[in-house]
Amino acid sequence: MRRPLLAVTAAAAAALLLAGCAAGSGTAENADDATIVIGSLYEPQNLSNTQGGGQGVTEAFNGNVYEGLYKLTDDGEVEPLLAESEEVSDDGLTYTITLRDGVEFHSGKKLTSADVKASVEAVLADDSKSARKSSFGPIADIATPDENTVVFTLSQRSISFLYNLSYVWIVNTEAGDLTTTEDGTGPYTLDEWKQGSTLTLKRFDDYWGSPAKNAEVVFTYFTDATAENNALLTGEIDLITSIQGPDQLAQFDGNSDYVVSEGTSTTKELLAFNDRVAPFDNVDVRKAVYSAIDTKKLLSSIWGDYGTLIGSMVPPTDPWYEDLTGVNPYDPALSKTLLAQAGYADGFTFTLDTPSYDPHPAVAEFLQSQLAEVGITVEINTISADEWYTKVFKDRDFTATLQEHVNDRDVVWYGNPDFYWGYDNPQVTQWVSEAEQATTVDEQTSLLKQVNEQIAADAASVWLYLYPQIVVASSDVSGYPVNGLNSQFFAYDIVKS
Amino acid sequence: MVVYLLRRAAFLAVSLVVAMVVIFVLLRLLPGDPANALLSVDATPEQIAAARAQVGSDQPLVQQFATWAAQLLRFDLGESYISSRSVGDEVAARLAITLPLTLLAFALALVVSLIVGITAAVKADRWYGIVLSGFAQLGVAVPVFWVGVILVWIFALQLGLLPSGGFPRRDWQDPADALRSLTLPVITIAIVMSASLSRYVRAATLDVLGSDYLRTARAGGASRTEALLRHGVRNGAVPVVAVLGIELSTTLLGAVVVESVFTLPGLGSMLLTGIQQHDFANIQGVLVVSTLFVLLVGFAADVVQRLIDPRLRTSVSGNR
Repeated sequence: MRRPLLAVTAAAAAALLLAGCAAGSGTAENADDATIVIGSLYEPQNLSNTQGGGQGVTEAFNGNVYEGLYKLTDDGEVEPLLAESEEVSDDGLTYTITLRDGVEFHSGKKLTSADVKASVEAVLADDSKSARKSSFGPIADIATPDENTVVFTLSQRSISFLYNLSYVWIVNTEAGDLTTTEDGTGPYTLDEWKQGSTLTLKRFDDYWGSPAKNAEVVFTYFTDATAENNALLTGEIDLITSIQGPDQLAQFDGNSDYVVSEGTSTTKELLAFNDRVAPFDNVDVRKAVYSAIDTKKLLSSIWGDYGTLIGSMVPPTDPWYEDLTGVNPYDPALSKTLLAQAGYADGFTFTLDTPSYDPHPAVAEFLQSQLAEVGITVEINTISADEWYTKVFKDRDFTATLQEHVNDRDVVWYGNPDFYWGYDNPQVTQWVSEAEQATTVDEQTSLLKQVNEQIAADAASVWLYLYPQIVVASSDVSGYPVNGLNSQFFAYDIVKS
Repeated sequence: MVVYLLRRAAFLAVSLVVAMVVIFVLLRLLPGDPANALLSVDATPEQIAAARAQVGSDQPLVQQFATWAAQLLRFDLGESYISSRSVGDEVAARLAITLPLTLLAFALALVVSLIVGITAAVKADRWYGIVLSGFAQLGVAVPVFWVGVILVWIFALQLGLLPSGGFPRRDWQDPADALRSLTLPVITIAIVMSASLSRYVRAATLDVLGSDYLRTARAGGASRTEALLRHGVRNGAVPVVAVLGIELSTTLLGAVVVESVFTLPGLGSMLLTGIQQHDFANIQGVLVVSTLFVLLVGFAADVVQRLIDPRLRTSVSGNR
């Protein structure tokens, strides 16, 4: 009885081992024909950025599969892409954009002004879930006098108009269901999306510009950072687009097989108050909370030596950045004075709605212990991302919350009194609106600087820190973007030696 | 036997319907709206309404259930709320990983636990019998993800023999490559599963060894091995088959953990992302299919038990 069983076991073990030894030894390739395997934690939810595809589809598709009239470079500059040139009327209300000639969609159809019009209209449509919809409020009319020209008429000046256009993917009007397929003009076509696993892009041979420097890009999705690290350590992936915690870095820092690059991120960790309700409708209370928090210690406990402190909503890549970290200094004595001044000499208790995923729970505990020292009791209420959306964002049923805000140039939300945090300063609202209608970038910059200073002075929120943007790559790959602004990840220049 | 089978099949159908209702209602008790996953942080009320209409969460519950049940009757699992992909296709693709994973692990665990369990019982007085029992005890106490992490550390990170996770993009087109990806997950599940299984095998074997019929057979001149093979296996198998059924079901459901340790795009990971994204269509699809699997395994285990043991068969026919 035992011998046949042993034989079966041995056979099974041998089969497994054999399978194990038939290692996928990759054949040597020309650099041009390389497959670049990219590890990411952000799998697209679907493939459309106007239908709720999320951050993942931006990472994989923006600039790679789809292109805009303009492009936001990794340095934060706005450059023409599918636009050849533009002419702006003196009153700043008419933008006449000439399209680049000879651009074809992946399906072979020629790019025309009708596609541009339809693509912008898709962002503006009633059922659009685009995050950029509201920034196109000033568009009054889109005309297409000929195949190569698009004329945008605005109802009011919008100095960010071209910048905003860089978010709009130009899509073939005749394309099918864009949540599961694509038809863009970019250097890659979608080869295959295996949900839960990989998304593969293939070089598009008829691309209008310089072709991608690699033949194929495979985005490999992980739900767990450790598994992602292991895949990089065992060579199954070539790089990780965005490291989510310093623990992940220990294995790569100082190892010559890997390159760790720290770029500038635009993701801010916020303690957002509900400025409409007591006690946070009181500036002194908000400033007291701000001064009770040692943000430097918080940043180093969450991120070690990485990341940056900011004193306002503005990351250093925004043109109107200035260092405001001194406005609300860490000073528990000052905090107590401010509390007494506001009538809370004995402190108070509030509930902090905390999203359940990293780093929020750790941040919440840190805040709890810091605020306890000035007599404020924090009750942590852990909620899912989805609950956050309903409870905090839609219903505004909260006192304070933690959240990360990922985009650049989003200081302007403080000019909207209806936003979830309810900061309402008519002066700021006016400056934000004037800045958007400014005639020069200098004017816009100086107005938005005033906004930064005012929201910092009002401690509209506590800007805890700016996340670092860390890419870890195997040392034989190069040409990847290090800043990855707004979750973009241009893959076409990546080469493997 | 036929009546028994029919009755068992009817029970299975009723169980499935009850399970469907429970799954559906429990999901709706979760806080939050599935439409939220489609929205960004500056959504307008119109965008919110459009998203709710898209996923159907603006409909009354009864109507949502009726729509789903009608789809199921047509063997259609619907469309994912978020990716718009067919849930049926997705479940099928995921099963192509989870099913081989479960069955291979089950087969390996069965083989190992028979060897370990029987040896531990027959050689209960020898040192290796004691050691094997000890290992089985230990194996039961160890969490499955921990075994996975240890195996990854040894075989992927230190020795570089096997991949640390993932599944080939070409699926089973290159079976060797696919098996390579499944090796560590299979071993992980098999280790944990065989630990608990071998305790049952050991107990069943000890029962048989101490039984009167075995003593009688040996008194009749049979060697211990002969007696065990002729009389013991069949008697010992009955309780073990019941446990096997439960273990097989548990393994399929427990694949969630192993798949996430090894980033395998199987049914478990589909369930997990479904839950994170609040994608009810996906969650319901996975749960219905796995419930069906569990019910079928239970059914099969019952039938097999009856085939092995004629006493169970007569008692059922006696009821006719």
